[in-house]
Amino acid sequence: MAIRPVYTDPAQAVADVPDGASIMLGGFTAALGTPKVLFQALLQTTQARDLTFIGNGTPQIMLGEGEQRRFLVFPPERVRKVICSFPGGASVRQGIPNPYEQAFGDGSVELELVPQGTLAERIRAGGAGVPAFYTPTGVGAPFGAGKEVREFDGRAYLMERWLRADFAFVKAIKADRLGNLVYRNTARNFNPPMAMAATVTIAEVEEIVEPGEIPPELIVTPGIFVDRLVLVRPRHEPVEGRNGNA
Amino acid sequence: MLETKERLPRELIAMRVAAEFKGGEFVNLGIGIPNLVADFTSPDKGVIFHAENGLLGIGRAQEVGKIEVPDMMNAGGQPVTAIPGAWLMDSAESFAIVRGGHLDIAVLGGLQVAENGDLANHMRAGRKFGSVGGAADIATGARRLFIAMEHTTKEGELKLLRRCTYPLTAIGVVKKVFTDVAVISVEPDGFLLEEVAPGWTAEEVQQVTGAPLRVSPNLREIALAPY
Repeated sequence: MAIRPVYTDPAQAVADVPDGASIMLGGFTAALGTPKVLFQALLQTTQARDLTFIGNGTPQIMLGEGEQRRFLVFPPERVRKVICSFPGGASVRQGIPNPYEQAFGDGSVELELVPQGTLAERIRAGGAGVPAFYTPTGVGAPFGAGKEVREFDGRAYLMERWLRADFAFVKAIKADRLGNLVYRNTARNFNPPMAMAATVTIAEVEEIVEPGEIPPELIVTPGIFVDRLVLVRPRHEPVEGRNGNA
Repeated sequence: MLETKERLPRELIAMRVAAEFKGGEFVNLGIGIPNLVADFTSPDKGVIFHAENGLLGIGRAQEVGKIEVPDMMNAGGQPVTAIPGAWLMDSAESFAIVRGGHLDIAVLGGLQVAENGDLANHMRAGRKFGSVGGAADIATGARRLFIAMEHTTKEGELKLLRRCTYPLTAIGVVKKVFTDVAVISVEPDGFLLEEVAPGWTAEEVQQVTGAPLRVSPNLREIALAPY
């Protein structure tokens, strides 16, 4: 049945994440299009460890606003590896230290630094069944070292492998009961390619409607890529930036 | 003393970069000085700004302390609006725009630029890791890459060099450098000094540049008026 299960308790939706799992975490900063409720459930209601996180930054979310804002960081002790483009983390931009800096520095957590566009394309390729592709990004740079170089039409390219994961946690504004998703503004970012690239995709949404209520031409992620829906309260709390929306 | 000689403020560097736009270009702006370029770009030029987090058609900043449009941010995490006719996309589509050669111009900051067009902008020497973000893809993919930065570090270290000493972000990509003392093109045979800040001579710019400058026969002063 293509109707997707709806969880109102996020803990149940993430309860089967095992030790050693790889998890794609949607979102661009710690707040923009980030599945905060799923992140918190994984952090606070499971014991899963030895995890690999794939996302634009390190696994952290921002809660609250202004003086009250705080960052909730997934403890490096439970993480084996992070694959990301921005290991400095969103908190660092705001002058708040990120414990992953030390964890990457002393090697207790492995860091795979991937340019943002290559990261997005590796995830898209994973979802699209393309095991490798060539990109000019990274030629001559330390993050391109050791990769196969091949020349096409007189220009050098690096071979990059697809990325797939056991789970994808994505954030959308609305779903229908078939799991079709729409996103709000720039909260889309990594969420659609990640939804394609995981064995189990869990979508955190603020509204669930009947099939047909979202016109087909407006659906961004089709439900074929989505396995579970988690309904959360609409979130309008300002959380990031000068006027803090996200 | 060149250390104390007056240099252009960041806003004037940004204003000079904006003068490069002829009209109708698709442009990506990096964080820092590059982000200021939009403020000096006349709306009449019809330049469309791209944010790699998924917005083609960045509008003005949102009013402080007010959520005008939820979840609408530029790549620096600042709340912005979208222009009429803007397009929203996911990260893979956004970098298809970048990598596919559809961006006319990108303006990024730089830690070091070499005379062969190499760019180091994501990691200082001695650090264990750097945050590259989208800079490598954008530097590699844009048809023309401009760098907007201070000519030297606050400590007086040179940033325009024969070869970068910091880890490279992209190789052979920089077309033109806009600094607080000069505008320099990167040519196949090295740096070409085209413009100097008011009060600066070519010899003085050379003294704060770590690679030989050829001086353009049309050397002129950077114009300090909106274009």
